[in-house]
Amino acid sequence: MSEMKLMKGNEALAEAAIRAGCDAYFGYPITPQSEVLEYLANYAHRTGMVVLQAESEVASINMVYGAAGTGRKIMTSSSSPGMSLMMEGVSYIACAELPCLLVNVVRGGPGLGTIQPSQGDYFQAVKGGGHGDYKLIVLAPSTVQEMVDFVRDGFDLAFKYKNPVMILTDGALGQMMEKVDLFPQMDRKTEFESWATVGKPKTRERNVITSLNIQADEMEKTNIHLQAKYKLIEENEIKYEEYMCDDAEILLVGFGLVARICKKAAQLAREKGIKVGVFRPISLFPFPTAKINELAGKVKGILDVEMNAGQMVEDVRLAVNGKIPVEFHGRMGGVVPSPEEILHKLEEKFVGEIA
Amino acid sequence: MSEKTLVNEEQHFEEMIAEESICTTDNLVYEKPDTLLDTPMHYCPGCGHGVAHRLIAEVIDELGIQEDTIGVAPVGCSVFAYNYLNIDMTEAAHGRASAVATAIKRVLPDKYVFSYQGDGDLAAIGTAETIHTCNRGENLLIIFINNGIYGMTGGQMAPTTLPGMKSTTSPFGRDVATMGNPLKITELVAQLPGVYYCTRTAVNNAGNVRRAKKAIQKGFEYQKLNKGLSFVEIVSNCPSNWKMTPLASNKWMEENMFAFYPLGDLKVPNDKEK
Ligand code: SF4
Repeated sequence: MSEMKLMKGNEALAEAAIRAGCDAYFGYPITPQSEVLEYLANYAHRTGMVVLQAESEVASINMVYGAAGTGRKIMTSSSSPGMSLMMEGVSYIACAELPCLLVNVVRGGPGLGTIQPSQGDYFQAVKGGGHGDYKLIVLAPSTVQEMVDFVRDGFDLAFKYKNPVMILTDGALGQMMEKVDLFPQMDRKTEFESWATVGKPKTRERNVITSLNIQADEMEKTNIHLQAKYKLIEENEIKYEEYMCDDAEILLVGFGLVARICKKAAQLAREKGIKVGVFRPISLFPFPTAKINELAGKVKGILDVEMNAGQMVEDVRLAVNGKIPVEFHGRMGGVVPSPEEILHKLEEKFVGEIA
Repeated sequence: MSEKTLVNEEQHFEEMIAEESICTTDNLVYEKPDTLLDTPMHYCPGCGHGVAHRLIAEVIDELGIQEDTIGVAPVGCSVFAYNYLNIDMTEAAHGRASAVATAIKRVLPDKYVFSYQGDGDLAAIGTAETIHTCNRGENLLIIFINNGIYGMTGGQMAPTTLPGMKSTTSPFGRDVATMGNPLKITELVAQLPGVYYCTRTAVNNAGNVRRAKKAIQKGFEYQKLNKGLSFVEIVSNCPSNWKMTPLASNKWMEENMFAFYPLGDLKVPNDKEK
């Protein structure tokens, strides 16, 4: 049965993991996401899922790798510095094509940084982070409800494409309380994929999970296969939200938490007679490039807003391809922009031109 | 023997093999274990890895657990262990085999899981994973091949390289004042309560091969009984990077490695527990 509750983002996400029939969670405490591990330690016994606090994020991600190889639903979560430690393992997982769910509750960086919310890990999540040419499917929730729903959807995508999926959220969404509709408890898997390392019955060849290919031409084939898969994901899995875009003259573009603030800024702008819409990429990979290009033909300018020094804006500019000006407004190190400052920036950059 | 008689001899043997008159079920005393694949090994001549692989395969066959065993081999000379063992296997990142094995065992508690790790992997880059896996008392078997050197990358100094021992990164011999001491990680993990059985063996002669096999067997048996972690070190050689013939490398190992890493049990279950 689905259930309505008031919950903190991190706890709601952990509850969603249990309900999605997750088989194992491996993690290490780090602010602002430790509630995920704490919640699971308290409640995962409901389904008997494995919860293990590892000695480091390096160990956690390699545990995810090992367990994901058995065909189970496996996840971990961390925050920025911890995610950096996981990147080597993420590259191995992507190359070995193992489904799993990774959650990054991003905080301000670089370095030890702050424990306040940030979007400074966009590049790391979307452009690689680890070594080699690989892609994660990256989903960016903007509400606690989406933190919940993307756990279920993320596992589905992970198994559909045998690919790691990352939920890229931030410290504010992780800590804020909102009303959520929790989906009903799902059964844990009882049947496992033919590639899983579960012990080799006489009836099949042995299964080997590896990312190693000592021959260059063989390794190139692996890469070509991966790239073809990423192309397929780009064709099928793009997700975005449009808010008052139909008659908009100026577009605010932002993902995650920032998109919510942009909506408020758009309302303030419309009260002043400026027709502003908001475009929110939900899947950061695959990125809604074509849609942004299409919208660029209808508006006079775009203001991209992020809680970083300008990361997604590079992809927005590639999508716009010079058609219209793309301006950027960013706050860094854990500072969250206000609707008023976004409006101010928008007026400064575009309103003269429109009038 | 002239060349001609040699050729004749060879022909004679080939005929006998063709007639299957040499190997009959009655006189067969030695055959390839089922779990060992018929793939030519890439290991250097005289290297201990091949023998160690065979022992694992023999034990898995004898215990009848081929269908229920999952192996983990990380980066190092044995990274291709999955090419030789006919069981499900996972290749792990450098140093992380015991974390990978932990997770597999946690989600498949009824299966047998072992990791096969070299000294650079287990005692340098993977020290944290090794110690915590042992300390948690995971129901695993860790097989630790210690040859005092990085084999795969071409003979660099390992955490286990002996004082004064030459390697490509300690070309004048390991100077403990600047390069630190060799790490006796087996002695270290033997102290941890999660470790149930801890022993050091070798595969340089028939007696040691038998003892090493027995140790591996115990490791799997304790796993079945959920006793905690079994840790089996095999002190081995690396003729290629020690720059010795296989025979000379075994002799050097006996005289130098065994002196620093003495063979024998470091922790055995007490009789009552057994
Ligand atoms: S390099 Fe050394 S350890 Fe590696 S296979 Fe050759 S002899 Fe064995």
